[in-house]
Amino acid sequence: MTLLWIALLPLLGVLVPALTAQRGRTLCSLATGIVPAIALLLTLMQLPALLAGEALRVSVTWLPELGLELAFRLDGLSLLFNLLILGIGLLILLYAHFYLAKDEPYGRFYAFLILFMASMVGISMSDNLILLWLFWELTSLSSFLLIGFWSYRGDARKGARMALTITGAGGLALLAGLLLLGDMAGSYRMDDVLASGERIVADGRYPIMLALVLLGAFTKSAQFPFHFWLPHAMAAPTPVSAYLHSATMVKAGIFLMARLHPAIADSELWSVVVPLVGSITLLYGAWFALFKTDLKAILAFSTISHLGLITVLLGIGSPMAVLAALFHIVNHATFKAALFMSAGIIDHETGTRELKLLGGLRKTMPVTALLSTLAAAAMAGVPLFNGFLSKEMFFTETLATPVLGGLSWLIPALAAVGGILSVAYSVRLVHAVFYKPAKEASPKKPHEPPHLMRLPVEILVVLCVVVGLFPAFFATNLLDLATQAVLGEPLDFHLAIWHGVNLPLVMSIIAFAVGIAMYWRHADLRRYLQPFASVDARRVFERFMITLSYRAEQAIAALDGNSLQRFMGWLLLAALCMGVLGLVQMDILSGSKGNQPTDGILVFGAGMLIFGGIATAATHRYRLISLLMLSIVGLFVALTFARFSAPDLALTQLSVEVVTMILLMLALFFLPQRTPRESSPLRNVRDMLLAGALGLVVASLNYAVMTRETLSISSFFMANSVPGGGGHNVVNVILVDFRGFDTLGEITVLALAGLAIFKLLNRLRLFMPHSDGEGRVWSPDRYPAILTSISMTLLPLALLVSVFIFLRGHNQPGGGFIAGLITAVALILLYMARGVEWAQARLDFPFQPVAVVGVAIATLTGLGSWLFGHPFLTSAFGYFSLPLVGKFELATALLFDLGVYLAVVGATLMILANLGKVTTAHRPVIDPKESDTPAQPPAKESR
Amino acid sequence: METLYAITTGVLTACGLYLTLRGRTFPVVVGLTLTSYAVNLFLFSMGGLTTDGAAIVHGDGRYADPLPQALVLTAIVIGFAMTAFVVILAMRARSEAGNDHVDGKKEDRE
Repeated sequence: MTLLWIALLPLLGVLVPALTAQRGRTLCSLATGIVPAIALLLTLMQLPALLAGEALRVSVTWLPELGLELAFRLDGLSLLFNLLILGIGLLILLYAHFYLAKDEPYGRFYAFLILFMASMVGISMSDNLILLWLFWELTSLSSFLLIGFWSYRGDARKGARMALTITGAGGLALLAGLLLLGDMAGSYRMDDVLASGERIVADGRYPIMLALVLLGAFTKSAQFPFHFWLPHAMAAPTPVSAYLHSATMVKAGIFLMARLHPAIADSELWSVVVPLVGSITLLYGAWFALFKTDLKAILAFSTISHLGLITVLLGIGSPMAVLAALFHIVNHATFKAALFMSAGIIDHETGTRELKLLGGLRKTMPVTALLSTLAAAAMAGVPLFNGFLSKEMFFTETLATPVLGGLSWLIPALAAVGGILSVAYSVRLVHAVFYKPAKEASPKKPHEPPHLMRLPVEILVVLCVVVGLFPAFFATNLLDLATQAVLGEPLDFHLAIWHGVNLPLVMSIIAFAVGIAMYWRHADLRRYLQPFASVDARRVFERFMITLSYRAEQAIAALDGNSLQRFMGWLLLAALCMGVLGLVQMDILSGSKGNQPTDGILVFGAGMLIFGGIATAATHRYRLISLLMLSIVGLFVALTFARFSAPDLALTQLSVEVVTMILLMLALFFLPQRTPRESSPLRNVRDMLLAGALGLVVASLNYAVMTRETLSISSFFMANSVPGGGGHNVVNVILVDFRGFDTLGEITVLALAGLAIFKLLNRLRLFMPHSDGEGRVWSPDRYPAILTSISMTLLPLALLVSVFIFLRGHNQPGGGFIAGLITAVALILLYMARGVEWAQARLDFPFQPVAVVGVAIATLTGLGSWLFGHPFLTSAFGYFSLPLVGKFELATALLFDLGVYLAVVGATLMILANLGKVTTAHRPVIDPKESDTPAQPPAKESR
Repeated sequence: METLYAITTGVLTACGLYLTLRGRTFPVVVGLTLTSYAVNLFLFSMGGLTTDGAAIVHGDGRYADPLPQALVLTAIVIGFAMTAFVVILAMRARSEAGNDHVDGKKEDRE
């Protein structure tokens, strides 16, 4: 349970800054820090259990059939990453408190930051591949928000977009890869996946899966050739760069490779591709770090280089190499976050991060100078710092690896070159900023930052030093746990500063000598490199994106021409192809059941249906006639239902038909009465062929199904309707009991449609026709007398019938749907006969609440069964007897049906009465003075 | 009987789909309604065509399959809600765009 809290607390923490942002920055910062602090504490409290050798797990199943679950684990690797994410996160919060300017929306910034933190913790603790991917995507999104935080700056927006595009595309590849991986392992659970390494590597799809997963990891961890987003992400505020782009997010790819190491790493392919990509990245990053002049750009490229180093180690994959990789993850996070924050301090206090404008800051910022120098020393790998230890281990492993066969000497050679460059840029970074005399004055007069702003840097630098001095004491336990989590077995190792004079030490010494020399001749090197102007990655990327979106637009335009008509055509064509495909695969169309005999009435009915259908289509340019033809079809559909033993359907269809026709006629009043002839003959023929072919497919399918014996689950409903649902009308019992949840959804849709229409009619500007299609002026005789008097007589009768239909619905044809429709029809008739004003004056209440109350009653009835410990919508019923009335039955289903009834009445009237109101308000007033002016726009519009 | 029924469903589908391919909103709405009739008939026939066998439990006898009926019943009501929504949307579109073309084209291609 605690695990669940560790993972979910940060997510809840996103709300904290949002809620406290109004109360001032100090309070907001403090409150925001509480949640990560608790999560960190909870993580640390699991330490004893972890040291005792157990990995902790918690899981809440969601869709076990699909392998979806909320599953978290805490093992050594998660612990290591949780400490990094939460620990450095807290330091970053403290730093950001001082870093952001007064008028910046710090609440929003903190919320984004905590969201990112939550998603990183999620990645680190996920015990399920899909869940891991979900959090992976969340980091991409939250980092997009953070990089683009200064959204008024073009470079921030572009940098954010680039990062999102690259990492998002990588995330999609990763999803495909993880799905494949889960499929190969037979499960998405981490343990199952990690345990089936042999099976996975032997699978034929392994190379594709590996490529996809590595694409995800490489894009996230800025490996060559996807590295270019990272320098551009430096447009983010410095706390973000320090947190995301050095300590945590870029480590997510590394984490993934470490996490999945047992499952996917044991292959030739892995041990060639991963070290190679890593080495290229290592050198590329280091080389550019040496020549950038922006402080943050130098740090960004050096981060790329160090990520490459860790990738090489994971690629080599021997137990000691994994240990070195994990160790370097921690070390890099500490010194690089410290350096980034120092860079931010320098930027903050001098107003620039441009190396050319900086210099001699040792005098004005002595403490920051000392801290940065120590952190840079750790980065360069100076002995007695933590960076030295992991770099020595790196050299040792590159010397030992046989991955490239006869060319294996290449890897240590490249590593040594990387070491040389890393020394050179570290020296340059510190020397140029703090020790070299300044050539120009910086924009602001530099001074030390507030002490608390420096505190995070101090803590991190102290860590660099103490881990460097006493590695065995500070790092062994943590690394032991982490390597055990990756390798699956304990590793016997000993961290020490001094291993005697050996080849790695010699490599280090060479690196220092050549590196310092290289910085000494830096000016010459730069001059030599001048002609090779580097390509601006952003420009290339932007051009690529513009071309891509242009091409995509062209392709879409070629496909559907931005026309719904053509879109519809493609949709139907696709449906046709699939239908034909299915039919072709069938052996024979007709099944074992023969045709039932046909009689004259059936032929007549079918003939009317066919006539109505064709006439509707043929006369579609004369809309009113087409509508009348449509009503023939509707009527005969109702009769068809009646003929084939479906009285409930017949009743429903009949009443819906009435309502639909009234609705369509009302709408037609405001639309053109005729459709212009605009389709070319060719298009007409094409559409006819398409529709006709689909008709043939549907007819064939229908025939094929009807003549086959089907195995229906209906026997269950038939058998249980009376004993289980207490009703004899099985259709109604299905609706209100067995499948009540569906019905609940459906009346909700109905009510929503009503509300949506209510909104759509709001402030609607209408074209008021004066006359019908033939130019005849609308009759001034509004309310025909016969209809008026009949409707008055009919109303109570109709209401009585609807109550009757409603009550008997459970046992005889009827029920809430039908009763609701009958009531609605009766009321609408009144509206039509007497006009909206008249009806409104007598039925003075809005229908929206009726529909909503209906849905609420149905829902509450369902919830009610929870009170008695039954599942949602379990119905209860009993038989009661009253004097005079006799024995009758009461079921909760009746209450549910009442909800259905109210929802149907409310929604139907909401639709029609509102539309009618619009109509009446716009009706041309036959007034002698104004009879020749066009109808005025509705009064409410002027509001 | 089944053949006749299948032919009817096919014809209604074809007419409905032809109308949905038209360029003006009202015929499309009419077409959708027609198609939904066809679809309801199709769904209804999934349980087979039964004469004189309403699904009311009253002892013995042959019953029609109640499940397709329940499904179609809600489909009819939902179909009405959707038709209503689409047709009001069409009215709104005409009032906003000035014409009733499905693509909301500015110029009237008469």
